[in-house]
Amino acid sequence: MIDEAIDIYRKLVLIRRSEEAIRRWYGQDEMKTPMHMSMGEEAIPVGVCAALASTDQVMGTYRTHALYLAKTDDVDGFFAELYGRASSPLRGKCGSMHLSAPEHGMMGCSAIVASAVPVSTGLAFANRYQANGKLVAVFFGDGAVEGGVFWESLNFACLRQLPILLVCEDNGLAVHTLPETRHGYDSITQLVAGYRCDTWETDSTDAVVVRDLARRAIGRIREGKRPGFLRCRYYRYLEHVGINTDFDAGYRTEEGYREWLARDPVDLRRRLLLEQGVPEERLCRIEAVETERVRQAVEKAKAAEFCNQSALYEGVFAGA
Amino acid sequence: MRKITFCEALNEALVEEMERDPSVFIYGIGVPDHKKIFGSTNHLLEKFGPDRCLDTPISEDAMTGVGLGAAINGLRPIHVHIRVDFLLLAMNQLANMASSCRYGFGGRRGAPLVIRAIVGRGWGQGFQHSKSMHAVMAHIPGLKVVLPTTPRDAKGLLIAAIRDDDPVLFFEHRWLYWQEAEVPEGSFVEPLGKGRILRKGSDLTIVATSWMNVEAVHAASILERRGVSIEIVDPRCLVPLDQAIIVESVKKTGRCLVADNDWVYCGFSAEVAALVSDACFGMLKGPVKRIGFAQTPCPTVRHLENAFYPNAETIVRTIERMLDLPEMDLSGERFFSHENRFKGPF
Ligand SMILES: Cc1ncc(C[n+]2csc(CCOP(=O)(O)OP(=O)(O)O)c2C)c(N)n1
Repeated sequence: MIDEAIDIYRKLVLIRRSEEAIRRWYGQDEMKTPMHMSMGEEAIPVGVCAALASTDQVMGTYRTHALYLAKTDDVDGFFAELYGRASSPLRGKCGSMHLSAPEHGMMGCSAIVASAVPVSTGLAFANRYQANGKLVAVFFGDGAVEGGVFWESLNFACLRQLPILLVCEDNGLAVHTLPETRHGYDSITQLVAGYRCDTWETDSTDAVVVRDLARRAIGRIREGKRPGFLRCRYYRYLEHVGINTDFDAGYRTEEGYREWLARDPVDLRRRLLLEQGVPEERLCRIEAVETERVRQAVEKAKAAEFCNQSALYEGVFAGA
Repeated sequence: MRKITFCEALNEALVEEMERDPSVFIYGIGVPDHKKIFGSTNHLLEKFGPDRCLDTPISEDAMTGVGLGAAINGLRPIHVHIRVDFLLLAMNQLANMASSCRYGFGGRRGAPLVIRAIVGRGWGQGFQHSKSMHAVMAHIPGLKVVLPTTPRDAKGLLIAAIRDDDPVLFFEHRWLYWQEAEVPEGSFVEPLGKGRILRKGSDLTIVATSWMNVEAVHAASILERRGVSIEIVDPRCLVPLDQAIIVESVKKTGRCLVADNDWVYCGFSAEVAALVSDACFGMLKGPVKRIGFAQTPCPTVRHLENAFYPNAETIVRTIERMLDLPEMDLSGERFFSHENRFKGPF
């Protein structure tokens, strides 16, 4: 039990250190890819992925650093792709917005809002069809539910009772636009609950709480044979795209940030582990190991070659 | 005359038209936020209020239909998409509803709807933030398609688009936003369906769209140094297309290269090639050549992105082959890039 909670902390540290490295090195202009940073949301993908089996599948959005690392733990592949190197299986063609690793069940990301939701529904359809027991979790922002395709997919998933968990990562913002400007309803969870599925909600920033909730949701999906909808609230620390804060822009205040920072997902989990009696040295060792993994991943990526230009034409169709 | 940027020219057109005609309103994701669509929607919220300058949910399909309905009922909506790629969600409303709207009313009603969409490029925009799509839209009868290149045209064509009584798609390349040039103050119209000769010449005609005009002008100045005289035709609108300006130019030069800011295959360049072969057949000194994006999704990493997009060098090399000239040394040449921005004027 405690080992699982410690591994959850390890993932949180890995993700945070990776994004700190991005913030540190982005100014060198070697990672030429727009960064939609995960800082603040880490507990959600880490918690949900901890509740999934390694063979289960996920899809995400352009805001995908945390999800990618939570699902794959592959920090070398992560930085190789951000640096666009041949050592990445994606060979630099995808960058930050389109990370994928199907061998880890990371089935891709879309930078077109809501468009991974129907595709994930299709993944779930195939999993059911093949009776392989795999579950799909699709991650999307609160903006995605404004797209018709979200409701069309939800309807189909509920109609066919597909094994899918819809994870709404709700930061209350779509770029700079607040829900008041976008929503003609009050509670998304209530709306979804009108469909034949189970709904769950939390604003916890503790990945263990999210994991436990996701476990219950997944249990219902497997036993009750109904889709699940999990809404998790969080605060986006940085600007919509880019590595800086933007509290001076005027659409939100720094106080809001400070409130959430007081229960920052990484610090909070550390505090709770200490309270549970885990020795601080053990956590320090984990922190040192993950920091070193990130450092080495960046170093390896920087030293790696680019693929040659003919790679542009490869992979458009099968066998070519 | 005073100089302003392409982006400021767009903004002036919007401010002036919204002042002139209270039926004009503007909407889209992020239109009134503090970034103001790269500055192109500056002042609109402050001047005209939230009923005429409004944000929307992320619902492109529905919001296009809403614009269409509002246009049928007498308003003049301007719908803004910060990337062309997001406009694709509205394909049903565009291709099945807006395009056939007037036809379906027996010509008695139409939809004066303007859709501004920005073509992204660079810094790893990648395959979901970099599409052009003007040829796809031009393929559909009932949609007008406009691609301004210069600040003057940005203003004059946008005003014309807003005053037009049918749906107009208005494509703005992100890399054109920074250029500065002379633009008349006050209201003026550049008519839809009229091309522009961007540069006069006698040896070869380049028909270029959008950003590729910048590359064509650069290529022409390189080629001028070795005595090759290039004429550049910017059609400005794909629908309606000024066929005469293309045909007349090619009749004069006898050679034609189409540099389209889009994929080549089944693209606008094929339309120009067909037009030229039909209208100038006996006068051509060689086959029409076409350049455009590589026939792949757009990659993220810079060196592949560079291989994906044609530039002035691609144009120079293609023209050298067309004219049977040896390759000139371009090693000292500085080409445009994300960092080396084109600031104008033409
Ligand atoms: C269909 C579509 N329209 C517009 C955009 C531009 N856009 C990118 S992210 C975003 C906001 C999305 O907000 P949300 O779904 O809440 O996710 P978050 O960025 O908060 O994680 C918008 C409008 C897009 N990517 N796709």
